[in-house]
Amino acid sequence: MVRLITHNLLACHVKGCTTNNFPLTFQDVQIELQEAEFNPEFVRNLLSRLDWAALVDAAKQVGDTSLPPEEPEMMDDDLLKKLHHVLLEIHVIEGAMTCPNCKHVYPISNGIPNMLLAEHEIG
Amino acid sequence: MSRPELQAPPEIYYGDTEAKKYTKNTRNQQIQADMTYRALELLNLPPDEPAFLLDIGCGSGLSGEILDEEGYIWAGMDIAPSMLEVALERELEGDLFLQDIGQGFGFRPGSFDGAISISVLQWLLNAETSHPTSSPPHRLTRFFTTLHSALRNPSRAVFQFYPTSDDQIQLITSIAQKAGFGGGIVVDYPNSKKAKKVFLCLFVGGGGGAQQRVPEGLEGEEDEHARFERRRQKVSGKDRSGKRKSVKDRDWILKKKELYRQRGKEGVPRDSKFTGRKRKATF
Repeated sequence: MVRLITHNLLACHVKGCTTNNFPLTFQDVQIELQEAEFNPEFVRNLLSRLDWAALVDAAKQVGDTSLPPEEPEMMDDDLLKKLHHVLLEIHVIEGAMTCPNCKHVYPISNGIPNMLLAEHEIG
Repeated sequence: MSRPELQAPPEIYYGDTEAKKYTKNTRNQQIQADMTYRALELLNLPPDEPAFLLDIGCGSGLSGEILDEEGYIWAGMDIAPSMLEVALERELEGDLFLQDIGQGFGFRPGSFDGAISISVLQWLLNAETSHPTSSPPHRLTRFFTTLHSALRNPSRAVFQFYPTSDDQIQLITSIAQKAGFGGGIVVDYPNSKKAKKVFLCLFVGGGGGAQQRVPEGLEGEEDEHARFERRRQKVSGKDRSGKRKSVKDRDWILKKKELYRQRGKEGVPRDSKFTGRKRKATF
């Protein structure tokens, strides 16, 4: 169950891969929608931590285009609801995430991404 | 029986059967729940503010269940696939990762409002291979530095763990300090043999005027809820009569001899009723 909220905070952690290692690109994804309780305050708190461009991009990759490409100045309820849907209700079940820099592939199976590294990749 | 972390690496120890057993055991559930509540208390999050937490070594989600109940949004990681499978069956809200925390993680700086970890750190104290990245200090350093950057400033991380010695506590706290954390050890019920629990309470930031202070441990004899985990009892070499048992007893000698024979070593003495007996002290 990779939600976009965690995807938006996740960078590659392979040894020496420190620049351009975010965001990881989704591949061959299967998604599942699961309703979650809407909490406007949480979403508002989270905003400062999000990378908007990466979020819009990731949303596009999983087939959701409801977000505006530029981060709006004002957040109204409607937009917060959309954000909530994108961040917390879209679950990626199968597929893979690839680092844009070192091309390390993190496979996702059964909703759990495999973040284990090989010995030579450990920093 | 010796401590689980001394028997096998976590991803092997918590195989399918052990993962199910661990999760179904109601006493275990109770202990984990108590410790999770206590860890949340020590985390001292601002009330009524929904937080995004990290559950390090979430296992089958016994602690995650409580985070769900308390209304936190969380992400968890564990190295044991079987435990994560059980967690999936339990339909928790949090995101799960298959991750070795000793390899560090790649969360962007300031991602989480706090982190908890129940009965995990002791698993980092054993080296599985001789590769330099597998040594406990290296793994701890990697873990604490990446965790420090993943946490928001100010925030806290609370770890409940089972140290075997003061040296281990010393090692863990010194590495955590080098990684930039403040804080220290909180011991609940220090005088109780059974209910004693060790928490490592780490702070990110919070310097200047409002210095964060290490919370007090719980005192008193013991709480009726915090119960004893027998399997964590220190292995002692003494038998019931109080005498120290010999390590190289008859069984051990027979085992060794059998092993040598299998390996084809020559001149292994025959087994007899005298095997493993002491010689009389006469000249």
